[in-house]
Amino acid sequence: MGRLIASLWKGVTYRGREGHYAFILHRAAGLGVLAFLILHVFDIFLVTFGEEVFNEFLQLYTHPIARIAEVGLIFGVVYHAFNGLRIIIIDFWPKTTVYERQMWRMVMLITLILTAIAGYFTLAPIFE
Amino acid sequence: MAKVDLTVRILRFNPEVDKKPYWQEYQVSADETAQVLDVLHQIKWYQDGTLTLRRSCAHGVCGSDAMVINGSNRLACKTLVRDVAPKLTVEPIRGLPVIKDLVVDMEPFFASYRAVEPWFMNDERPPVRERLQSQEERARFDDTTKCILCAACTTSCPSFWANGRYIGPAAIVQAHRFIFDSRDQGQAERLQVLNDRFGVWACRTAFNCVEACPREINITKAIGEVKKALLFGEVDF
Repeated sequence: MGRLIASLWKGVTYRGREGHYAFILHRAAGLGVLAFLILHVFDIFLVTFGEEVFNEFLQLYTHPIARIAEVGLIFGVVYHAFNGLRIIIIDFWPKTTVYERQMWRMVMLITLILTAIAGYFTLAPIFE
Repeated sequence: MAKVDLTVRILRFNPEVDKKPYWQEYQVSADETAQVLDVLHQIKWYQDGTLTLRRSCAHGVCGSDAMVINGSNRLACKTLVRDVAPKLTVEPIRGLPVIKDLVVDMEPFFASYRAVEPWFMNDERPPVRERLQSQEERARFDDTTKCILCAACTTSCPSFWANGRYIGPAAIVQAHRFIFDSRDQGQAERLQVLNDRFGVWACRTAFNCVEACPREINITKAIGEVKKALLFGEVDF
């Protein structure tokens, strides 16, 4: 545990460039999506206690805080997917390494646009 | 030449006295075109003789003075005061045991270097004169011949911080230099060493090594070429 914390500390205090932050964000997004997946397995599992319990629990997801977290989830899924493609391109075509920064900026642009669109529909009900 | 006043913070540690590393601050006035190494010399020679650091040539060739300068791995001799002023922080490179102040134990790093057998292997009888190679064949591994073993890349790598058993970018660069040399015959041996979860597959393409390299070697590209050679079972000359 101590070694994990020490290693994380080195990661966040090191001043890298785009690739470094792309890596940290990729890890964080992956863990975030995994955390949601565990929650999702749990909420689906609740159906075994009957329709009422299941529906009541799902009501939690309509809470404004849950909706904001959902936008975070969308960001995580989209970022992890597109940065994953960037990593695949780099791995299979090593010559593309010279464009890694530009590719990351593209990933961020796509992620932010898609998150903004999906986020609009997710957050709109809060203001209705 | 314009002088600048610098506030220098150095992460100090003397294992015989200190339990934990601590920050110590110094005030230094230096030429803006001076090296960070000059600043450290000024502190050591005129302010505090106990400051311990490693350096040799002072011209970016020997690779002795890699350290974390303002948060990033740099050679103290290739970093100018004007690029870091007015605040300068200096720490030892990360992931290797600190012996004292800015001096780390490089042995784990050199052990990884030796593991890839970084010498020319060819059992064929040498020709009367040299083993000929075309300009294209020589250019194939030119980038990875430039390494000075300063450890700036390996100690900037998140995979290495997470697990010191990772062989590290520097050792892979050294292996690449021979794997892609048309005269060398030790490819299979070297690729076997790197085909391990602590070999090339621990690389997560964070590009810290590329940014840290004082010789501007495209390290992630070299690692990628080794990964591809392992994946497809052939070296793409």
